[in-house]
Amino acid sequence: MLEAFNFRVILEYMPLYLQCFLATLWLSALSLLGALVVGTIACAMRLSASRVVSSIAGVYIESIRSTPLLAQLYFFYFGLPSLGIMVPEWVTGVFALTLNSGAYYAEIVRSGIQAIPNGQIEAGIASGLNYFQRMRYIILPQALGMTIRPMLGQAIVLVKDSSLLSLISIAELTRAGQLLTSDRFMPAEGFLTTAAFYLIIYYMLKGFSSWSEKRLIFREAH
Amino acid sequence: MWSFYFNELIRSLPFFIKGLWMTVAVSGLSLIVGTIIGFIWGIIRASRNKILRSLIGAWVDLIRGTPFLVQVFIVFFILPGIGIELEAFPAAVISLTNLAACFICEIVAGGILAVSSGQREAATASGLSAYQQLRYIILPQAMRTILPPLVGQYVLLVKDSSVVSAIGVVDVTRVGWLTVQRIPEGIMVFGLVGILYFVVCYPLINLSNILERRMTVVATRL
Repeated sequence: MLEAFNFRVILEYMPLYLQCFLATLWLSALSLLGALVVGTIACAMRLSASRVVSSIAGVYIESIRSTPLLAQLYFFYFGLPSLGIMVPEWVTGVFALTLNSGAYYAEIVRSGIQAIPNGQIEAGIASGLNYFQRMRYIILPQALGMTIRPMLGQAIVLVKDSSLLSLISIAELTRAGQLLTSDRFMPAEGFLTTAAFYLIIYYMLKGFSSWSEKRLIFREAH
Repeated sequence: MWSFYFNELIRSLPFFIKGLWMTVAVSGLSLIVGTIIGFIWGIIRASRNKILRSLIGAWVDLIRGTPFLVQVFIVFFILPGIGIELEAFPAAVISLTNLAACFICEIVAGGILAVSSGQREAATASGLSAYQQLRYIILPQAMRTILPPLVGQYVLLVKDSSVVSAIGVVDVTRVGWLTVQRIPEGIMVFGLVGILYFVVCYPLINLSNILERRMTVVATRL
């Protein structure tokens, strides 16, 4: 198989791949930022004392978590125009990815916050810290340390999920593979190159994940 | 117009049920075979055989580092190039089974390694064979750690099965995609698709949560 593998075609398509690699990176980065914001808000709502606010967030989180991203993507892709909202494909894509990952981030942040013993929060109240001071100095620093690994794990999932955007014809890595396949009938060259680019992102994020874990343990030990 | 489309959608409900059946068939088949393979790989991965252990580890990393969509394309488009001609359905089952096996392997290996080494030593001292140790000492205790994330993983895999619609397997997502060409109400059509996935996934999510609570209680009572 390898002797038939055409590296020249890959080189020829390299500019396209690099362009699409960058597209995957920034589409993921944008969605990641959005998801962190949405997730934090959804989590704060979920933990709210008000029943109504809490259950709105609950419905959002549960309905996202029990349906596939592809169905959500098509929901917005075909649904927004039928509501008369016309936006470019990439906006729909980033929107769907943001809402999808936001629900998972909400759960990650929640598990981090709830892992902090109640006594600490009570001690904070007793010391006269207000809500934001408690969040800023007691809860968030600890919750962040505990959730950094699942957060990076979700970031890896998000990058991989962004491949689905190719199905609504956004030019990103998987789309590049499809283009090479359909132009030249070379699926091996097309999709294995795509896979290699994804692996670069994966190993970078994975390396960062274990590095940050070591750092956090190091800090705790001192 | 809206009620016309709604009636039209109700009329094509049997088509959706057929799609749901396909989703259940693809994911059910892959989950059963994937669980068996995943347990075997996981036991090997937690064993002392260095070569096999790192071989499986490298494979799992490759699969976890690339999007499922790319894996499906590789199985569907590239395997025919080396003489393995596959229909869409077997290609979908093969790629989803492999994905399931890789994720379950990590869960199983983690569960086995979480059993304290004293247990294994005591079993060895009592003269149990390697198989007996695994069967009567290690696995029953490891199951407590394995079961909740395993069911959680099943939910993820049912959702991932939507991706195989990209190679033309007529599952619920594909049915939605075909229907939306005829009934241009994306919100309605993919709302229905979402509900059908919800029906399958939500009980599983709850089961996973219940297991998590039950297993933790048992563990602390000991």
